[in-house]
Amino acid sequence: MASSSIFGLCGALLIGMGLYGFITHPHLLRRLLAFNVIGSGIFLLFGATAARLPSAATDPVPQALIITGIVVALAATALGVGLVLAYARVTGRTTLPEDGAPTDPGKPPR
Amino acid sequence: MIDGTASDIAATGFDLVLAAMILGAGLFAVTVRDLFGAVVFFIVYGVFVALAWLRLGALDVALTEAALGAGLTGVLLIGAVARLGRRTGTQGTDALSRRSAFSVRSVSQIATMLVSAAVSVALGWAFLSLSDSDGLRAGVAANLDASGVSNPVTAVLINFRGWDTLLESIVLLAALIGLWSLWRDDDWGRRPGLRQHARADGVLAMFGRLLPPFGLLFGVYMVWVGSSLPGGAFQGGTVLAAVWLLMMMAGLMPPPMVTSARIRAVLIAGPLVFLSVGIIGAFAGGFLGLPPAYAKPLILMIEAALTLSIAATLALLVLGPPGGPAMPSGPGDAP
Repeated sequence: MASSSIFGLCGALLIGMGLYGFITHPHLLRRLLAFNVIGSGIFLLFGATAARLPSAATDPVPQALIITGIVVALAATALGVGLVLAYARVTGRTTLPEDGAPTDPGKPPR
Repeated sequence: MIDGTASDIAATGFDLVLAAMILGAGLFAVTVRDLFGAVVFFIVYGVFVALAWLRLGALDVALTEAALGAGLTGVLLIGAVARLGRRTGTQGTDALSRRSAFSVRSVSQIATMLVSAAVSVALGWAFLSLSDSDGLRAGVAANLDASGVSNPVTAVLINFRGWDTLLESIVLLAALIGLWSLWRDDDWGRRPGLRQHARADGVLAMFGRLLPPFGLLFGVYMVWVGSSLPGGAFQGGTVLAAVWLLMMMAGLMPPPMVTSARIRAVLIAGPLVFLSVGIIGAFAGGFLGLPPAYAKPLILMIEAALTLSIAATLALLVLGPPGGPAMPSGPGDAP
């Protein structure tokens, strides 16, 4: 079995795992982490499709796109962490309110 | 590779073990109860994924994943856990499991599991049923001579798909501006990041003095060889950002004031140089089109400016807002 098949399927499984974590975790930081697992699963799946020809080197165009993607993913994660921290600062919570629960605006810090 | 099967089996075995370790670390990162534990597993997971990129022959991606995916994301998340405090780490899940009826929760969990598994199976099936294709290798190889560099990934990043990279550097800047706009008003005059309490004779301070020279050398080297070997502005810039973060964490230098004009000039230098080269190119042929005769010096110039901007932007993104826990704090939060 070629490396590309193994890691392509690995990527597909990671996307499912990340999706599960993203849906089931109420904690926002855990969701951000699960989101990153989905992201790297997508990168792995994409990169594996670029490495399927054993006779040729890995296709450089997907590689460049994945590098761009990893950098943007970090920027998005940093912004996400900032939003979670600001949300925790304003509401004192680290989870979003449940559906149907009365929304508690919390005490503004200032 | 010549004596066929034995090395093939060993390679496949290694790949299978590595894939299992990626999946195991990923599973723990997603399911482990403790928030800090989850972050630690995520860092381990990132290192394994970087190894997978090596096995896929994508060295440039492996370097980026190791530096950004495992390294900086790890620092960022550990910082976030520290700011939220360990106490709130498990509070959310505990409250939820107490509140909702166990049966409802487990039914919805099983449903989620089934949906996620279905997504994985569909993607895996789609992956395996793809027909073999040559991709864009031939196109890149045919035009590599005109690109000014011999590393095809750098050629795609800075020359053939310069648009993507230009916009990416602007996205980084936009994320930083977004992050800054979330600061409290009274934080604006303060230095970013948590205040560090490194002992002057401790391990962190020692690493802070020992590693930066090597880190600087390695970072600059990676940018320089990026034109012909794996490496480039993003990988090198990340290493430089890590060096800077390490020195700030070890308490050897204060974080920069975000209001200073110097740091802002560094932040926009990369996108600005890239954009200027693109606009000048527009008069000479096409926007972002690099004339083959000058392509190499232009690429090196763009990469040098981008490296500085990327290093500064990434470090400031990871540092986050000034000190103190992010929980509601009184007005007496001394600077």
